[in-house]
Amino acid sequence: MPQILVEELSKSYRVAERDSGVLGAVTGLFHRRWRTIEALKGVSFALEEGELLGFIGPNGAGKSTTIKILSGILEPSGGTCTVDGLTPWKDRVKHVGHVGVVFGQRTQLWWDLPVIEGFDLLRDIYRVPPDRYARTRDEMVALLKLDRLLDQPVRQLSLGQRMRCEIAAAMLHEPRLLFLDEPTIGLDATSKLAVREFVARLNRERGVTVILTTHDMHDIEALAERVIVIGNGTILADQSFEALRAGVFAERRLYVDFAGEAPEIEIPGVTVLARDGRSLELAFDPKIVTAPKLIGEIAAAHAVDDIHVMEPAIEEVIARFYDLHGAGEA
Amino acid sequence: MDAARPYLAAFAARFQQMLQYRAAALAGFATQCWWGAIKVMIYTAFFHAGRHDASPISLGQTITYTWLAQGFLALNPWGGDPDVAAAVRTGAVSYDRLRPVDGYAWWYARAAGWMTARAVPRAALMFLTAGIALPLLGFGAWSWRPPADLAQAGLFALSMLLVVALSSAIVNLTNVIIAATLTDRGANILMGPLLIVFSGNLLPLRLFPDWAQTALFVQPFAGLVDIPFRIYFGDLTGAGAWAGLGLQAFWTLAFVAGGHAWMSRVMARLQVQGG
Repeated sequence: MPQILVEELSKSYRVAERDSGVLGAVTGLFHRRWRTIEALKGVSFALEEGELLGFIGPNGAGKSTTIKILSGILEPSGGTCTVDGLTPWKDRVKHVGHVGVVFGQRTQLWWDLPVIEGFDLLRDIYRVPPDRYARTRDEMVALLKLDRLLDQPVRQLSLGQRMRCEIAAAMLHEPRLLFLDEPTIGLDATSKLAVREFVARLNRERGVTVILTTHDMHDIEALAERVIVIGNGTILADQSFEALRAGVFAERRLYVDFAGEAPEIEIPGVTVLARDGRSLELAFDPKIVTAPKLIGEIAAAHAVDDIHVMEPAIEEVIARFYDLHGAGEA
Repeated sequence: MDAARPYLAAFAARFQQMLQYRAAALAGFATQCWWGAIKVMIYTAFFHAGRHDASPISLGQTITYTWLAQGFLALNPWGGDPDVAAAVRTGAVSYDRLRPVDGYAWWYARAAGWMTARAVPRAALMFLTAGIALPLLGFGAWSWRPPADLAQAGLFALSMLLVVALSSAIVNLTNVIIAATLTDRGANILMGPLLIVFSGNLLPLRLFPDWAQTALFVQPFAGLVDIPFRIYFGDLTGAGAWAGLGLQAFWTLAFVAGGHAWMSRVMARLQVQGG
């Protein structure tokens, strides 16, 4: 029995629309036009205990909506979902006692209270026995290097410091399942690495199941064994990171400087991405045409000054993948 | 006890948090002194000019009532909890849904902590000023007098606990309105005028016309100001006092039941956008 089983989950909501300008505002008072937005259109997947799942997709794709439904915040419009046998929105109180959630863009610690008091409050909210709390708290403080932050009010922390405290806060009741919604957003390189390392250890050493959403492909690369790509409310791909890399990220780039004006190139498996005077930027699929073969063909047919092969930036590839599926943000 | 732990912790945390704001407490206290003094002078002029032998409560009682109302002003439900309004606006309200607690009781405990923490220091300062300093300075006629007797003082203490319960229930109903409308402005603006007139804050309800007295006594806002203070100076005694306490309890339960049911509906169709 998988820990999480999601079947045909859908969520739609209505937004009020009005025309711009004063006239639009006045007519909006008398007559509301509603538009239905389908945030999720039938999402299904299963997750075993101890997995580390990465959720990626453009803004507005439905990543956060999925997490909010799975964690018990939102009720879906249709479909079913069980987490450890419970339906999150029906058994909310029981369910949320066993999950930890971090939203990178929001804070769960009380702004004006010192960090340690926020932690103590969470101990009481989750009714954690004092000795277990002390043990978990000390472990978190050591792992995330929080000892010098504990007495500071939350509002005085830097974003990186605060995010480390937020993650510790989400773990104080020892959840078996952790949702991280863009945990590295806005963090500097050091803090990102610290967060990644911590999440990896939680998953590896304690077997905590983790669902992570992010726009940072390096998070996915460093953490996720399995990736779900979501766009326009549907799942576009659900595979291991390696398979996704081999399939979607296989593309290579070839940069060629010609002796004269850059020629037209028509070779199967090759697309011209950019043309600038004597230079061409080509994308090619190494499964259709290998790099040596492609370079050979071009060098044989044209006078070439310089040539080099690169792997495209992972962000770029994923953006093209979204576009290909019509999932770029509308 | 374990069941109540989160709520007690929320009350205590909010209480401690509010005690940090000393400047706000002092500023609030200064304003309340100022308004109290103006009202006391107006009532004095009013009682001396009119036929005060027909008045249901005396000038001394009215002045005591005024200081009590000013001292405990922060116990009135002037609007929703600003923390809830901020959480609704920023979407941090999501985190409230992630706690293994009853959402209504969770907000209720915080509202109660928020209000008592603001009221306790201000009421104490007001008593020191109007109840002790004024008589010592020779302004005994304008001072906050002691309660009618020990029995009334006991009933008053009970009634003040019910004020906290009732007021928290009204604040929490306002919180639910804020969550439903996504803004604190409408709900807070609505609450002010209703509260200031019908609680007896603007004018003791006993000074309203006789024909309105029954209606004014049974409406919910009387339990916030008028009922406890009339118990304090002995205008409501015996069965009348118990009727007042009963009304406070009744309205508390009514607002809790209504707020709880409404909150469940609002939360079921909650939408959290962005992120």
